[in-house]
Amino acid sequence: MPRTLFEKIWDTHLVGKTKAGASLIAIDRVFLHERTGAAALGNMAEKGRTVRDPSRVFAVMDHIVDTRPGRGDGTLMPGGEQFITETRAACQKAGITLFDVNDRDQGIVHVISPELGVVLPGVTLVAPDSHTCTQGAFGALAWGIGSSEAEHAMVTGVLRLKKPKTMRVRFGGSLSPGVTAKDMALHMIAAYSAGGGAGHAVEFAGEAVEALDMEGRMTLCNMATEFGAMAGFVAPDHKAFHWLAGKRFAPADFEDPYWADLRSDDGAHFDKEIVIDASAIAPMVSWGTSPEQAIAVDGTIPQGPERVHDYIALDQGQTLAGTPIDVAFLGSCTNSRIGDLRRAAAILEGRKIAPSIKKAMVVPGSLRVKRQAEAEGLDKIFEAAGFEWRMSGCSLCFYAGGEGFPEGSRTISSTNRNFEGRQGPGIRTHIASPETVAASAIAGAISDPRELMREEVSA
Amino acid sequence: MSALPSVWSDIAAPLLVDNVDTDAIIPSREMRSTGRDGLADGLFAPWRYSDADARIENPEFVLNQSEFRDTSILLGGANFGCGSSREHAVWALSEWGIRAIVAESFAPIFHGNCIRNFILPITLERAALEQLAGEEITIDLAGQSVTREELSHTFDIDPEAKQMLLEGLDAIDLTLTQASEIESWTAADRAARPWVYLEHSA
Ligand code: SF4
Repeated sequence: MPRTLFEKIWDTHLVGKTKAGASLIAIDRVFLHERTGAAALGNMAEKGRTVRDPSRVFAVMDHIVDTRPGRGDGTLMPGGEQFITETRAACQKAGITLFDVNDRDQGIVHVISPELGVVLPGVTLVAPDSHTCTQGAFGALAWGIGSSEAEHAMVTGVLRLKKPKTMRVRFGGSLSPGVTAKDMALHMIAAYSAGGGAGHAVEFAGEAVEALDMEGRMTLCNMATEFGAMAGFVAPDHKAFHWLAGKRFAPADFEDPYWADLRSDDGAHFDKEIVIDASAIAPMVSWGTSPEQAIAVDGTIPQGPERVHDYIALDQGQTLAGTPIDVAFLGSCTNSRIGDLRRAAAILEGRKIAPSIKKAMVVPGSLRVKRQAEAEGLDKIFEAAGFEWRMSGCSLCFYAGGEGFPEGSRTISSTNRNFEGRQGPGIRTHIASPETVAASAIAGAISDPRELMREEVSA
Repeated sequence: MSALPSVWSDIAAPLLVDNVDTDAIIPSREMRSTGRDGLADGLFAPWRYSDADARIENPEFVLNQSEFRDTSILLGGANFGCGSSREHAVWALSEWGIRAIVAESFAPIFHGNCIRNFILPITLERAALEQLAGEEITIDLAGQSVTREELSHTFDIDPEAKQMLLEGLDAIDLTLTQASEIESWTAADRAARPWVYLEHSA
C-alpha cells in the first residue's frame, strides 16, 4: 500500500495502543522555552517525576528575554525575571540542555533547533509552542502542544494521540518576483480559512515548494498552525539534508535508508488535497485580526465582522496600500533568518524610513543570525535606514507586558499573528513579508514591495 | 482538577465569536508567574474589562452578566482557542469554573489542553449553538448529548478522551502502566535508528 510521508513517520513511531484505542507515539525530541517550559518542569518536579532521557530534551530563553543590547536576566515584563531564573534552575535539576540568555546559540526556539540540528528529517519533535510546526520544513513531524503534554512527553517518552487526517497542499507553478513563502502561507489561509487545516497533518508540495530554500520552507510551515493544522511539513530533499548535515546535534551525513524513503509514495491517499497556483499569488498583507483576513497588498478590504473593522479602524472598500503606519517590526520565528534580513536590507540600502514612523526594529531570530548579519554589514544598513538593531528573541512578536509600541499604533510586521492586542493594547497589526515591511517602512504606509524592486531594476 | 460528572445542567453563556484566540482568553501580560493559579482574574481581560489595569468591568461582556457569571458552560464559534499553545488559557477557564465549552470547532492544541485539564470540548453546528445560547442546557457526557428541553444534539468524542474525563485519570500515570512496552520499543528503535539517541554526542 502506498503511504504518505506522514504515515511513514507515524508508523515508525507507533509504540502501541491504549485501552481506549489511542496511539502511543514515541517522541524523539522535546524543546522547551521559559514561557511555558517552566510550568511543565515545575509540575513534573512537584509530582516527583523525572525526565526519561534528558539528552533529548532542550530548552531556550527566547520569549520573555530582553532584546535590548547588554541584557541580563532582567526584563521589562513584570515578573519576567522569575520565568528566567525558575526555568534555569528547573533545567539544571532536570539535567536538560539549556541555551541561556547570552549563550552563543541562543535564539527563538524554532530558529535555533534547525541551526543546531536538534530537528532532523523523520523525527517527531514537540514543544509547548504553537509554531513548532516551523520545523516540519526539514521533513520532521513537529507540532505544538500544551505544558501538560510536554511533561507527558518528557516523563514517558511518548504521547497519547488520535491519528490526524492527512492533507496535501500543492503549490504548482512558480512565484513571481517579490512574492515569498510568507505570501504563499497568507494566500492559502485567506483562501481556505484559519481553520482550513483543522484535524489534519499537512504536507506542502509542488514545484513552488520544491523551489523554496530551507528558510522559505520554514516560513511556510511556520504558518501551518495559523491554518489550524496539527503540523505542516515538506518532504526532505538534498537541500534539507545538506542544510543540516554536520550541525551540532545532527549526523555528519544522511546516508541511512530511513531518510531516502521520507516522501509520499506515488498513489498515496490523502484525506484532502488542495491545489494552489503559485504564479497567481501577490504580496499579501493582513487587514483584520485573524491571519485569514488577508488580501493582496493592492486589493480592497472586504466586508468582515463589525468588531474587526472597529478594532482595526479600516472599512470595507478601502485599499490597504497607502494606509499610514506608525511602527515597523522585522522579526519572529516566521521571518527573522539571515535570508529574510538580507532581502529586507537589500530594499532598505541607501534609503531611510519615513519620518512619520515612530519605531522600527529588527530582531534577528538567533544570535547566530545576528553575528552573520553583522559580518555582512546588514546591521549598518538597517541602522542607517532608521531601524533599531536588537539581540535575538521573540520580542514584540507578542506583548509580554513590558516593552511595547505606543498604544493604538498601526504596525507592519513580519510576524505571524495579527490578533487583537497581540503586540500590545490596541495595537493594529498588519502581517506581511519582510520585503513588504521594508517597503512600507520607507513609504510610511503599507506598500507593494514590487514597486521599489522595479525601481531598482530600472535604475 | 477532577473528573467531570457524567450528566450536569447549567446556563450556556454565549460567546459566539469565531477565532477566539488564546491571547484573548489570557493575554500574555496577565500571565505573571510560572504557576497555574491566579489566572482567572485575567481571563478574557481585553474583553472583560473596559480598563484592564484598573480592573473596571465591561458590563456588555457575557461573563460579566449576572445570569452567566457563575456558569460552567461556555459557547464559542469556529476555531475556538486558536493561537498560542499557552495552557494558561485553559487553566484560567478552569479556575473561573468552566467545565465545558461547546463550539463550532476547536484549535487542536487548545482541544488537547482542555482534555488534560478536565474541560469538556464539544463540537456542534452553528445552528445548534444558536438554539442553546443563553438557555439552561444539560450535558450528558456518558450519553454524548446536549439537550435543551425537547431539543437534543448528540456529539462525538474520542473514546480515550471520554474515559479520561469521566474517570479523572492522570494521563502520565496511565501511560506509565505501559512502561515496559515503551522500553522494549525503545530498545528496538535504538538499534534501527541509532542517530536519534544523543547520549554520546552532546
Ligand atoms: S517569535 Fe512569536 S510566534 Fe515565534 S515562538 Fe516567539 S512568540 Fe511565538
